[in-house]
Amino acid sequence: MSILIDKNTKVITQGITGATGLFHANGARDYGTQMVGGVTPGKGGASVDGFPIFNTVEEAVKETGANASVIYVPPIGSADAIMEAVDAGIELVICITEGVPVIDMVKVKKYMEGKNSRLIGPNCPGVITPGECKIGIMPGYIHKPGPVGVLSRSGTLTYEAVWQLTSRDIGQTTCVGIGGDPVNGTSHLDVLKMFEADPATKAVIMIGEIGGDAEEQAAAYVRDHMTKPVAAFIAGATAPAGKRMGHAGAIISGGKGDAASKKAFLRECGISVADSPAEMAEALLKIWQP
Amino acid sequence: MFQPVFYCPKLNRFFAATILQQCYVKHSTDNRSDHLTICQRLGIWLKVSYHLSGIRENADPLSIPNLYEDTMNIHEYQAKAILRHFGVPVPDGHVVYNGNSARDWARRLGDGPWAVKAQIHAGGRGKGGGVKIAKTADEVRQYARDMFGMTLVTHQTGPEGKIVKRVLVEEGSNIADEFYISFLVDRATDRVTLMASAEGGVNIEEVAEKTPEKLFFEAVDPCVGLTAFQARKVAFKMGFAMPQVKQMVPILMNLYTAFVESDCSLLEINPLIQTVEGNLLCLDAKLNFDDNALFRHLRIRDLRDYEEEDPMEIEAGQYDLSYIALDGNIGCMVNGAGLAMATMDIIQLYGSSPANFLDVGGSATIERVTEAFKIILSDKKVKGILVNIFGGIMKCDVIAAGIIGAAKQIGIEVPLVVRLEGTNVELGKKMLVESGLNIVSADGMADAAEKIVKAVNG
Repeated sequence: MSILIDKNTKVITQGITGATGLFHANGARDYGTQMVGGVTPGKGGASVDGFPIFNTVEEAVKETGANASVIYVPPIGSADAIMEAVDAGIELVICITEGVPVIDMVKVKKYMEGKNSRLIGPNCPGVITPGECKIGIMPGYIHKPGPVGVLSRSGTLTYEAVWQLTSRDIGQTTCVGIGGDPVNGTSHLDVLKMFEADPATKAVIMIGEIGGDAEEQAAAYVRDHMTKPVAAFIAGATAPAGKRMGHAGAIISGGKGDAASKKAFLRECGISVADSPAEMAEALLKIWQP
Repeated sequence: MFQPVFYCPKLNRFFAATILQQCYVKHSTDNRSDHLTICQRLGIWLKVSYHLSGIRENADPLSIPNLYEDTMNIHEYQAKAILRHFGVPVPDGHVVYNGNSARDWARRLGDGPWAVKAQIHAGGRGKGGGVKIAKTADEVRQYARDMFGMTLVTHQTGPEGKIVKRVLVEEGSNIADEFYISFLVDRATDRVTLMASAEGGVNIEEVAEKTPEKLFFEAVDPCVGLTAFQARKVAFKMGFAMPQVKQMVPILMNLYTAFVESDCSLLEINPLIQTVEGNLLCLDAKLNFDDNALFRHLRIRDLRDYEEEDPMEIEAGQYDLSYIALDGNIGCMVNGAGLAMATMDIIQLYGSSPANFLDVGGSATIERVTEAFKIILSDKKVKGILVNIFGGIMKCDVIAAGIIGAAKQIGIEVPLVVRLEGTNVELGKKMLVESGLNIVSADGMADAAEKIVKAVNG
């Protein structure tokens, strides 16, 4: 078992003819993911590296039966690409693209209300269920099937946590990079709920960062509802404070957002918090044995 | 009506989005005043300057920047020109670059009194002597002269302050009451949200902390925009009488339009005033823009004031590197914002401190990595460098090639610890070994941090 994706997931790549899209489509196929095709408007009917290309997502879904899509479309067209995938009934849309305007995402979120699709990202590394399905830009070999769920905003910091687990011979159920943008598809809390509901996941590592209060909301869920042990790391403890630009944002989201207060709150909620990024796996092993 | 009069030749670079990214636009200053006159007449807000949120040490926790909101900052007079374009009432005024033109513009603006306001990218100017009220045109000239070249220190500039190079001369207003309005994207609701208070002209954090009941929020549905009834609701809550409510509704709706159509990340009016005559007017305006959307706002992009930015951060921005200078002595080159922050954290945990934040991004080229080294090494405080790369998109052999290229080009004389992991890691490590360079290889973050701290501290 796993969350979001498994060996039956059929994936199309939006923006498959771009260098990044094609590189990672190949990488995912090599990993064993069912990469069933791609979409690039105007190149429908052709194929690239053995991937059939379609003009529209609708057509791609009809022809391939894809139920997931990964987006490498440049920022100017990312929001449109997400909405196209949602409209075509894709269940899981993963947007890797970095630099999507926030106002575009506000509109996308509104558009997605009442629809059955889940969006991961944008500005994220993707999702991997080790040994079964890899969608995104993470290096596959660092992962290993097993019982720990990993979730994070940051790409490379997720790899770090995964690597610490794998090198201790502890595998992962699914690793989810939710992306670092202010408005994104899926929150820490959403993913925690999925891990809680997944019987194969026995423990979770959650990686947070300074700013906002998403980690606090997730921690409150851990305290009130979660039966599985959770370890965490909050990046940015030493990040310098900035000019008073984000203050309106801090007020509206009601959190102070600094690392010290986040860590303190997470600990209050029973989460094992690592002070050092090199000790994320250790923090989990303090409260859980595989 | 609304076209760029002035084209900047170095404008075609684009900036991706990680952390407080900087970019800059080279502009010629020769015929600046001509452009200003033309553009003023055409109702176009004009280029010449802008700035991004700088990073300061030791600010209070509330002001920790949201590291993912890449924003561009502009001057007050530019913000007001944009608001004017969207039909929002602002005082008549003009930016000037010397005392005489300050006096001349004051005369054109009317009989006084006038406000003379230093234009820097920071708030709290009044307390530092950056805002004066003049009763005669000669006084305007004198105040403006006093301000030019002055280093203005406010609670937002940091102790080193900012040098005043532009001054806004504005018609004075008879203030009867002050209010607060802002728009921003609320992460909790994923909506553009209006925040308003009857307590204007003050520190809004204090209002939020002490009297949260005096703050009013209204989340906006992106399909229909801010509706008239929402605007009315807020206006009545703020305590306005009907004549002012009638003014307030279009002001709020136009501010929302300005926010969305300019891709703002923050629009703040503090204060909005009611004059003795009963008119509403935006006396000060702060606009920040979403860096990621600047590709569709070339006129706004032209407003960036590179003179207000750190030269090294500008340099880094040209190569799509996110660089923030800090006070420590260990230079860092990392891929990914989260890992970069974590690397800074672990350096601190091992008893030293980072000289910079530097994210080489997900698709760094050899050239970019070389530039990153040059930028790190240009900081004379740097006594050692830690490279921490976990490759996903970023391939370790590219990093290795960049390190070797940089070492050959500029020579790296400080200790260098490299930790590589991820795609093509073996190839990358092999390249470094075969290069014959003096590089300490590390396994894992803790090992890397320990080695670099030891190398630097002896």
